[in-house]
Amino acid sequence: MKDMADGYITEDGRKIGGVMMEMKNITLRFGGVVAIKDISFDIREGEIRAIIGPNGAGKSSMLNVISGFYHPQEGEVWFHGKKRPSMKPYQVAQQGIARTFQNIALFEGMSVLDNVMTGRLTHMKTNMFQQAIWWGKAQAEETAQREKVEKIIDFLEIQHIRKTPVGRLPYGLKKRVELARALAAEPKLLLLDEPMAGMNVEEKEDMSRFILDVNDEFSTTIALIEHDMGVVMDLSDRVVVMDYGKKIGDGTPDEVRNNQDVIDAYLGVAHD
Amino acid sequence: MPDQFLFGVEVVLNGLMAGVLYALVALGFVLIFKASGIFNYAQGVMALFAALTLVGIMEGQVPFAHLINAIFGTEVHYFGWNVPALAAILLTMVLMIFFAWAVNHFVMRHLVNQEPIILFMATIGLAYFLEGVGDLMWGSEIKKLDVGLPQGASIWVEENTAFLGTDNFFGFFIDKLDMVAALVAAVLVIALVAFAQYTKQGRAMRAVADDHQAALSVGISLNFIWVLVWSLAGFVALVAGIMWGAKSGVQFSLSLIALKALPVLMLGGFTSIPGAIVGGLIIGVGEKLFEFTIGPMIGGATENWFAYVLALLFLVFRPQGLFGEKIIERV
Repeated sequence: MKDMADGYITEDGRKIGGVMMEMKNITLRFGGVVAIKDISFDIREGEIRAIIGPNGAGKSSMLNVISGFYHPQEGEVWFHGKKRPSMKPYQVAQQGIARTFQNIALFEGMSVLDNVMTGRLTHMKTNMFQQAIWWGKAQAEETAQREKVEKIIDFLEIQHIRKTPVGRLPYGLKKRVELARALAAEPKLLLLDEPMAGMNVEEKEDMSRFILDVNDEFSTTIALIEHDMGVVMDLSDRVVVMDYGKKIGDGTPDEVRNNQDVIDAYLGVAHD
Repeated sequence: MPDQFLFGVEVVLNGLMAGVLYALVALGFVLIFKASGIFNYAQGVMALFAALTLVGIMEGQVPFAHLINAIFGTEVHYFGWNVPALAAILLTMVLMIFFAWAVNHFVMRHLVNQEPIILFMATIGLAYFLEGVGDLMWGSEIKKLDVGLPQGASIWVEENTAFLGTDNFFGFFIDKLDMVAALVAAVLVIALVAFAQYTKQGRAMRAVADDHQAALSVGISLNFIWVLVWSLAGFVALVAGIMWGAKSGVQFSLSLIALKALPVLMLGGFTSIPGAIVGGLIIGVGEKLFEFTIGPMIGGATENWFAYVLALLFLVFRPQGLFGEKIIERV
């Protein structure tokens, strides 16, 4: 069933499409250190794809390759059936790939609303001179964008802090604002770098719910990195497992859970 | 009303006008500092360079005339035409935008993520480079800049305020040029604030100022924003150059006003556009009033140091300036 090229229907009734992004034999080195070694995997339209692994496995590096912050020495990135040339991060974002960061990268001095509005930048069409001179059209555009942003703010339940400067928010809410900003871009692919890192149990449950709702409501394809095995297994459709820069497992949560290499990597293995 | 009081009022008015000119230079600093965290030492020289270029183009001066004559043994100095002020201003702006692009392309782009002190040193280098280029391009003699702005005391103000005092009081003496400068500064600040707050590029500009990584992740090109910001600073420099040039002639000491902008920034805060204006006004009024009241008792010439001492006091009691962003740090 899972091998069907055009996708399949999940047990809970969501539609998973064909391959959207394909990583082919990616190798990334920093000087002599090999962060990612010859890894290939794909991401299908509409699915929640997790990348897991112990500390230093190269998960974040992989996400940075996808979002254009790192450029692999070897290998190819294919997006929507086309080989992607080497791109700067802002060009990747303009292609419809949004992301969040492990240690939160928000605009601390700006309000929540303004932060989320920056997510709409790639959708705003009027240019600088129109903005400066043709006030009416620019204003109409701004209003239209505002509506979309308000919807997302409602969706993520952060209405009450709309006007608060982000710098004053607690950690858990900042994570949510960052997700809102990424969602505002209406991304084809949403990359989440440890969305639940440093959260308490309640916050983790909230975040899991939001991730599932986003996937369900907007049919957004999501690739996420996570440390916490338990959370990942409940959330994702398919999981890639990395260890020391290599791929040691790839499949459904159940397949991965029973993979001996994965068990060894997580629980440790006796060296003789 | 006693004449002494009226003279005091006149001093305040003139202080406000002088403050507007300080504020114009400070504004350029704030723009670049806000967007890229760079303290642009070259801002004053940019104003000088813009003014030199404007005069040069208007008078049809041949750029690099000395150099050309030295190499080819010719004797060219002027094209022999005059360019109308408005066209010359537009041409100068084009050159300032090109300068903005060049600064980013050849210097700042390569210094991303360097220490602030290194970026600051780079702008010092830039300042002297630009000063040298200005000299080489247009010559070093003092030039008169006349773009058709009104000059001299406003008779209207004098006549209509003379009744306030006794026969010894002839009304407030206010330079028309200063009034124009105040008006221009007001319009400029409103436009810049509106741009930063309500437009797409303005929001992108603030985003870049706040966090580079996050800005990249929402699809903002850092290079584009930096060129934009340096162009805006170039525009502000041009406006400041026109005002200062029209007031006291285009001369190389113009670049020294940049230093007066420093205390203005300490008062207003390095990151606030309205702060630059208010800071400029306070310094302008403060130094004129101090010179008028205390000056005679301590031998005068207080204008040279008053601004810096005031800034020092501010540094002690309110380091982020009047309008600077409060430093919020969660522990």
